[in-house]
Amino acid sequence: MDNLQLLIDAPVFTLQLLIDGLLAGAIFALAAYGMALVWGVMNIINITQGEFVILGGFVTLYLSYLGIHPLWGVPVSALALFIVGWGVYRLVIFRIVDRDLFISILATFGISILLQQLMNQLFGADIQNADPNLGTLFLFNDDVAIANIKFVALAVTIVTGVLLILFLRKSRIGQAIRATAQSARAARLMGINTDRVYATTYALNAALCGATGSLVVMTWVIHPFIGLIYTVRSFMIVIVAGLGNLAGVVVAGLGLGAAENFAGFLLGTEFQAAFVFSLLVIILVWRNYRLGKKRQYLK
Amino acid sequence: MNNTLKLVLAVGLGILILAAPLLFPTYQTQLAVLWLMVLLALTWDIMGGQMGYNSFGNIVYFGVGMYTTAVVQRGLFFNVEEYTNLAGGTESQLSLLDYLLSLGLGLASGALLCIVLAVVLGAGILGLRGHYFAICTLGLGIAAGEIASGWDYLGAGSGLVTPLFPETFFNRGIFFYYYFLILAAVSFVVLRYLYSERFGLAINAVRDDEDKAESMGLYTTRYKTIAWSVSALFLALAGGAYGNLIGFIDPMDVAFAGPTLGVWMVLMAILGGKGTLWGPVIGATIFHITQELFWTYLLGWQRVALGLLIIIIVVFFPRGILGWIREQWPERFGQRVEGEEQR
Repeated sequence: MDNLQLLIDAPVFTLQLLIDGLLAGAIFALAAYGMALVWGVMNIINITQGEFVILGGFVTLYLSYLGIHPLWGVPVSALALFIVGWGVYRLVIFRIVDRDLFISILATFGISILLQQLMNQLFGADIQNADPNLGTLFLFNDDVAIANIKFVALAVTIVTGVLLILFLRKSRIGQAIRATAQSARAARLMGINTDRVYATTYALNAALCGATGSLVVMTWVIHPFIGLIYTVRSFMIVIVAGLGNLAGVVVAGLGLGAAENFAGFLLGTEFQAAFVFSLLVIILVWRNYRLGKKRQYLK
Repeated sequence: MNNTLKLVLAVGLGILILAAPLLFPTYQTQLAVLWLMVLLALTWDIMGGQMGYNSFGNIVYFGVGMYTTAVVQRGLFFNVEEYTNLAGGTESQLSLLDYLLSLGLGLASGALLCIVLAVVLGAGILGLRGHYFAICTLGLGIAAGEIASGWDYLGAGSGLVTPLFPETFFNRGIFFYYYFLILAAVSFVVLRYLYSERFGLAINAVRDDEDKAESMGLYTTRYKTIAWSVSALFLALAGGAYGNLIGFIDPMDVAFAGPTLGVWMVLMAILGGKGTLWGPVIGATIFHITQELFWTYLLGWQRVALGLLIIIIVVFFPRGILGWIREQWPERFGQRVEGEEQR
């Protein structure tokens, strides 16, 4: 808590942490879109989320090794992960769509361990990043320094969010996805191929995670075992925002980013991950406690 | 099968179990870990199988018990902080009496702390249901690991060395083999007793329909807390000894090993058949042997194979071995909940 005094003495530092955190939150929100989608449509809590993020990061990383600017990695990773997501759905996920939630949590947990270990074998366990060389923006007499890539991330998140809403509202398959989310049985009776809808949803989620991973590898670092924290962040954002509320996801994501940044500064960076996981427990217990007063529980 | 043959088989198996560490001295640690696995699966099944509360966070008690035991063992004779790996990690040698005394005291305080922790955490977390409980406990387990790896007093990320085992009359492997064997046997007997009592019926009622159980007048929260405390007690006793068996406590890989032991305990119970008494025992045995074979024959890829195994078991085999047998020959099981026992 020694750093608290520092914040009081230099208020501009608060601004630095706030802007930095909010922009970081935009990246978390992007992965959370996907989780909300899969959870809402398929009723699956996808623990593999974080591994898709890291895999997307590796795609961008290897692209940058080829001499291509890592910013191109955002669409390329999304495309690559779309294919991976489709494959994972066709291999495993379609078998667990109608099963109870515990089976799907455990199965996606298994996939996440499998992917972690595969990445460890294929790409090595080193901590890596791909520097986009976009420079840094200095504000307020050079007191606040923000890496420009974070503004790109915010833009990507907002543009993707708008595109996603348009896709779900206007396109044929988007409408089918929303119909399936409302009632899979009725959708099937209306002639919608729900299996294809699920496959598209899951692959779309993976693609969103891939784009997230591409931003992550440019902003921070990746290694094969760091994925789970992105899953937990997405999950937290979705519970706070609620399913099917993309604007809420963005707001919750920004909030989480800021809170995490302040916690990391005040408690020390070694406790930042601990803060995220503890916050998950606290949020769940708190929401359940509030519902418990009305004799209800989280469903 | 006639009775004489059964008796001979049972006695033979008993002798094999008792003499195993002397017959295969090179595998003493693996054999001790086998009983640890049985214990982990059994304690997970109290919550996951019998009560329908699928916890991914039971590893918390394992880790807390381990750290408490090690700290008490150190603290009785030395200054804990000086002996963490962070501060150089000096080895320390105790006499046998001192070692056993400090181990006993450490295990007792670990167990006590974990029961208190289970009651405190349970007050908040056991109110959650279904997948929210699962995710919340998953977060809890990892949060504990992250906190331990940031806490300098416990050696932070570089870990804590437990006191060396004084190798006088018997060596470390044999001592801990019998320790884990007895602990697993005791937990089996205790659980068998509990499941045959009102307690077993109550937690099964919670699994089948919690609201109904509550409206029938069961104090569900009380039963849930007791169930979690029982797992916490045995996990703490196991964790404390496991730290001493390994000799070095790493916060993420040994103590709060969520991705390995934490998931395996779930998997073993499912493999054997959750919600049965013998299922976790059988599942743990088969899983442990398979996993050791993976280590031997698939070096480097063993963890990939394990991930694959998890998916296969969960997707294609969610009822487990005993569940499958029960489906095939239901008349052999009658109405009983336990897996075996036909006399």
